[in-house]
Amino acid sequence: MEFISDFFDYVMNNWSHLASLTLDHILMVIIGLALALMVGIPLGIICFKNEKLAKVILATASIIQVFPSIALLGVLMIFFGLGFKTVVVGLFFYSLLPIIRNTYVGLREVDENISLAGKGVGMTVTQLLLKVQLPLSLPFLLAGVRVAAVIAVGVATLAPFIGGDGLGRDIVAGINTRQADKIYAGAIIAASLAIFADITIGRVQKRLET
Amino acid sequence: MIVLKDITKKYDNGFEALKNISLHCNEGEITALIGPSGCGKTTLMKLINRLNNPTSGSVFIKGKDISEIDPVELRRSIGYVIQQIGLFPHMNIAKNVGTVPKLLKWDKERIGKRVDELLNLVSLDPETYRNRLPSELSGGQQQRVGVIRALAADPSVILMDEPFSALDPISREQLQEELVRLQREIKKTIVFVTHDMDEALKIADKIVLMKSGEIVQHGTPEEILRHPANEFVEDFIGQKRLKRYQGIPPVSQVMVERPITVTPNRGLAESMRIMEDKKVDSIIVVDEKNHLLGYVTVFDIVKAYQNEDTKIKDIMHSFNTTVNPDTPLTEAIQLMNKLQVPYLPVLNEKGLLEGLLTRGSIVGYVGSEYHSIKEGVV
Ligand SMILES: Nc1ncnc2c1ncn2[C@@H]1O[C@H](COP(=O)(O)OP(=O)(O)OP(=O)(O)O)[C@@H](O)[C@H]1O
Ligand SMILES: [Mg+2]
Repeated sequence: MEFISDFFDYVMNNWSHLASLTLDHILMVIIGLALALMVGIPLGIICFKNEKLAKVILATASIIQVFPSIALLGVLMIFFGLGFKTVVVGLFFYSLLPIIRNTYVGLREVDENISLAGKGVGMTVTQLLLKVQLPLSLPFLLAGVRVAAVIAVGVATLAPFIGGDGLGRDIVAGINTRQADKIYAGAIIAASLAIFADITIGRVQKRLET
Repeated sequence: MIVLKDITKKYDNGFEALKNISLHCNEGEITALIGPSGCGKTTLMKLINRLNNPTSGSVFIKGKDISEIDPVELRRSIGYVIQQIGLFPHMNIAKNVGTVPKLLKWDKERIGKRVDELLNLVSLDPETYRNRLPSELSGGQQQRVGVIRALAADPSVILMDEPFSALDPISREQLQEELVRLQREIKKTIVFVTHDMDEALKIADKIVLMKSGEIVQHGTPEEILRHPANEFVEDFIGQKRLKRYQGIPPVSQVMVERPITVTPNRGLAESMRIMEDKKVDSIIVVDEKNHLLGYVTVFDIVKAYQNEDTKIKDIMHSFNTTVNPDTPLTEAIQLMNKLQVPYLPVLNEKGLLEGLLTRGSIVGYVGSEYHSIKEGVV
């Protein structure tokens, strides 16, 4: 039970330092996710339109997903150098699969008759997608974002290994200097972030479904 | 107005859903497509707004070959009620109804006005329903919305694919009546798919009967009822309906319902008394369960009267011919003429005696009909 008081002491004394690390962490995750959305949704749509491409795209994204994170970040470092940018690219890759897959599944789950109604009423393919199919698949997409966000928060703690910042900084420093309170601080805040993201996105998702 | 010429439709899997269809739908009329499930009604309907393209043949609307019209444009000019309602679940009622006007870029105010007007048309209060989601409406209300969505941009052609199929009989009849009333005002060219003959008879100006991708008969409800093209049409219309509409009553409406009967073990004197009492010259023999056994005439009894041990069963004759309650009266009369019999027993499907068709009952029926006709004229 001692670690709890250690943890609080540490947080109290390093308040602004931790806040800036947390902010960094969130920023990396959000930018990574945003990029993944910008690329993943169109790829999901392409999968929906073309079954053959779907197989290729999903398989590729799955391979990226199972690549160990440390290794992936290492490879990215070779291309992008050290720092924030590389972490964001890594997070982008990790978020891609859940977003592509859920966009694709969500679009496929849209009731055929509703799509038929949209077509029959005179919507173009794009209008049908934007006004009917994508809005109706939004709950699925959000489920993907939720998974991606939780993964990204976790992977982002590895940032210090490739010169990034974020809560991983304290964890790594704590490990190196054998300072348990530092490790706890970084880990607990990161875990809270993941839980917070999970719950919040989950709520929005629920609201959309009803 | 809508003309289909030598249409065939083969689906990608090789199935020939429509075979050599030619059809004319007149302007301002409701044409009902009817036929058993899978006969190609939806397939045919979808040709008209190019959700399907024919394998061969052409479709013309107002003289224009629609394969030359951009499908999106075409669909915006044709109202479409799909088989499963198909409201957009994430849009409120106003948005759903206003879909086509919005696609046609009407201004907001005009769309709002049109939506309210249409909701009123089908007795849905705009204040109450405008902002609801489809899931917050009953099935019948949803189908109403489905119908007015098709009317929104005031198209001259409307396609309706079993628009009332998901409803209970009462709401369905209500909506049918609403459609008939509406059509009197709006005078659209409507193609209406159904597999309910009563529905078709009620709303249609022309009925097109289909069977496995072909048109079996096309005509007014009157023509189809009076001159069904073949047995399939007759079966599809149903014997009951045929008789009802053709004005020929079934035997059950004309027969004497409680004919005089005896059981086979009765004595002759006893039977004679019953006949005297009821003033009939023959009597029907049935067992305790009312199964028909035969008949005995007054002459048979007189001939055998001396022998006190004789029972009815010893002298009765059996019937060669009976009719059932659904047999049309004309058919029964022809039968009586041919066989030269004064009456025919009417048996139900279990072989039980339901009644007796006698000359007297026929005269009585024709008399009462004549009476009502005369009264109708005066
Ligand atoms: N896309 C398709 N590919 C292959 N066959 C199809 C396709 N759509 C329909 N069919 C077949 O064509 C036939 C006619 O179908 P259609 O939907 O026109 O029937 P329907 O008369 O509307 O039936 P219902 O009363 O059940 O709605 C059916 O046998 C059906 O299986
Ligand atoms: Mg159908």
